[in-house]
Amino acid sequence: MRGFVLFAAMGLALVGVGVFQSWNVALAILNLSLISAIMALGVNIQWGYAGLFNVGIMGFAALGGVAAVLVSTAPVGAAWAAGGAGIGLAGVLLAVTVGAIVFARRWLHGLARKLATIALVVGGYAAVRMAYDPAVGAIEAVDPARTGNLGGLGLPIVLAWAVGGVFAAGVAWVIGKISLGLRSDYFAIATLGISEILIAIMKNEDWLTRGVKNVTGLPRPVPYEVDLQTADWFRDLAASLGQNPVVFSGIFVKLCYALLFGLVLLALYWLAERALRSPWGRMMRAIRDNRDAAEAMGKNVTARHLQVFVLGSAVVGIAGAMLVTLDGQFTPGTYNPLRYTFLIWVMVIVGGSGNNAGSILGAFLIWFVWIEAETAGRALMSGLVDWLPQGSALGAHLLEAAPHLRLFLMGLILLVVLRFSPRGLIPERTRG
Amino acid sequence: MTDLINAFVLLSNFVLIPGLAYGAQLALGALGVTLIYAVLRFSNFAHGDTMAFGAMCVILVTWGMQGLGISAGVLPTALLALPFGILGAVALALLFDRTVYRFYRQQRAAPVVFVIASVGVMFMTNGIVRLIIGPDDQRFADGERFIIRAREFKEMTGLAEGLALRTTQGITIVVALVVMVALFWFLNRTRTGKAMRAYSDNEDLALLSGINPDKVVFWTWVIAAALATIAGTLYGLDKSFKPFTYFQLLLPIFASAIVGGIGNPIGAIAGGFVIAFSEVTVTYAYKKFLFYLGWESEGLMQLLSTDYKFAVSFVILVLVLLVRPTGIFKGRVI
Repeated sequence: MRGFVLFAAMGLALVGVGVFQSWNVALAILNLSLISAIMALGVNIQWGYAGLFNVGIMGFAALGGVAAVLVSTAPVGAAWAAGGAGIGLAGVLLAVTVGAIVFARRWLHGLARKLATIALVVGGYAAVRMAYDPAVGAIEAVDPARTGNLGGLGLPIVLAWAVGGVFAAGVAWVIGKISLGLRSDYFAIATLGISEILIAIMKNEDWLTRGVKNVTGLPRPVPYEVDLQTADWFRDLAASLGQNPVVFSGIFVKLCYALLFGLVLLALYWLAERALRSPWGRMMRAIRDNRDAAEAMGKNVTARHLQVFVLGSAVVGIAGAMLVTLDGQFTPGTYNPLRYTFLIWVMVIVGGSGNNAGSILGAFLIWFVWIEAETAGRALMSGLVDWLPQGSALGAHLLEAAPHLRLFLMGLILLVVLRFSPRGLIPERTRG
Repeated sequence: MTDLINAFVLLSNFVLIPGLAYGAQLALGALGVTLIYAVLRFSNFAHGDTMAFGAMCVILVTWGMQGLGISAGVLPTALLALPFGILGAVALALLFDRTVYRFYRQQRAAPVVFVIASVGVMFMTNGIVRLIIGPDDQRFADGERFIIRAREFKEMTGLAEGLALRTTQGITIVVALVVMVALFWFLNRTRTGKAMRAYSDNEDLALLSGINPDKVVFWTWVIAAALATIAGTLYGLDKSFKPFTYFQLLLPIFASAIVGGIGNPIGAIAGGFVIAFSEVTVTYAYKKFLFYLGWESEGLMQLLSTDYKFAVSFVILVLVLLVRPTGIFKGRVI
């Protein structure tokens, strides 16, 4: 009941923005809220179900973005011809090296094991670099202003959403293997570090995703405004609704996105709820609430943690691919942990950790506040500036600084909720 | 022989001196993190932003002093402003302790709750810093720029390679040394310092012996905030001040604290230098160095591009956690 009222209020707030500001803004907020809600769902699966404090959300979201680029852009034939073989060789050499290290560590002991590991790391690194460097140089030399990378598969971008989930899951498996044994705050620091490394790789490996040169103009799963404006059926539709076709085409495209994102969110929500109510979900909560007792009952805690970490990260990866789809571009330079990791965390804590509906509500609410706080902050500051003498330097500075008010506000909201309502807006139901 | 000296000078100029300065900055930051961990038992995610806040206070006072015509001669004015900056950061840290952390201490909340609270504090501090000084780069270094200039060094020694020592690097190393000595004197010789160590070792026993926990917590925040301000100011003098960079420093700082053994001050210092030197040595291009040693190489001979310096601190962190989870010097707990 409480959840229903809160969601209704949230819907009203969005309608309010539509009526008083513009429907374009309202729908833009709605779309990003839907994507944020999926990310929050992923975080909730890790934190709410299993108590994993993962602050590497940004990295998994960006992996989804990489998937979008690799699936949807057209392949660059010349680059493949120039360096495809070299990259392939480097990949094979890397795999061989890793395999050899694993093999050596399994079958050798004592000093021989250490020496073999060191020799393999050094030798493997040199061999990989020898294949990799010329190939990268060749690929990046192919039409660097427009491509300079290998390109993608040229498939519909919607497929990338699933691929993004798979990418994130794969990387999460490796990360989880290494770092899930760590205590909670070490795990947090490890995931924070990994997300920074993932972004660094995306910024630097130009042959893969063009790095900081960005990939723009990704294909869309929905029609383009320009095409709509010239299509007869659309002009008729706009006319019958009494709308200006140019303005309405923007709204229509956003509605299409909202529909797609909403479907994905509903599907994932349904799956997440099913999982939470299943014996598996009960076991996860048992592990979260009393790890030692669960272990004594014969539950394999590390394996369960790895499982839930991979699942949650996959959900974040899906959302990351959707985000890049909505933007139509992949810009590794814009990923920032405050926005892509910690803001999502604020959403989950505020909404109610352990409750999927709560996380979704939190995502809507926090994203709404994040966007509207900028407008409100500017209004507040210009109100303040009116009291100051005309053209004062302080006034100009305050106006310029207004957008940063929202960071302060986010921290405040998080702290207030954590203190006075630590279970969030829609608390977890304790009876499973 | 001259080639060997040239190679050594080259390495000193590009690896040794920058590594020492950066290591000192990381060590000071890691000391703050480690102290908070030892006494309050959580990883403080807001530490990077505390550094930014302290450095910002220093910059504002520096500008004020420059406006009034006060200067420290050849030294940067920021050194005179440092005590005021420390006061500002201490006030902020104590304010957040009273309003945020104290409640969870009384509740005896799980460490992860403290960490989440510190994320909230991080957001707020970050917002405050950006509100006051803005998100852009600020330069506030003044005074003499170099102690030794590369050209003078070349003329003096007749070598092909120059050695430059910037004032900010010299100051960083000297100030860090002084601060570290003072900190160890405080922890080992004063009553409050001993109380802090006792409290960190065994909280219940310390309470039974009549140690006042409020006082211990108070001094921990004071020292951590002071260290953060000093580290932040030195970093800002040496490189430049940008709020976002301080947030990014969090990772190498945590890595330093953990690699050295979290909760252990000597470990934090060692860890800082380990991380700094690994970052610098792994991302340095050895082409010219090898040339002096008589080896002509095709490429730059750089192990990793400079953009991967985060990766370096992280890989070391993971290696240490896997091989020796308590860190180089035995940290508190794992």
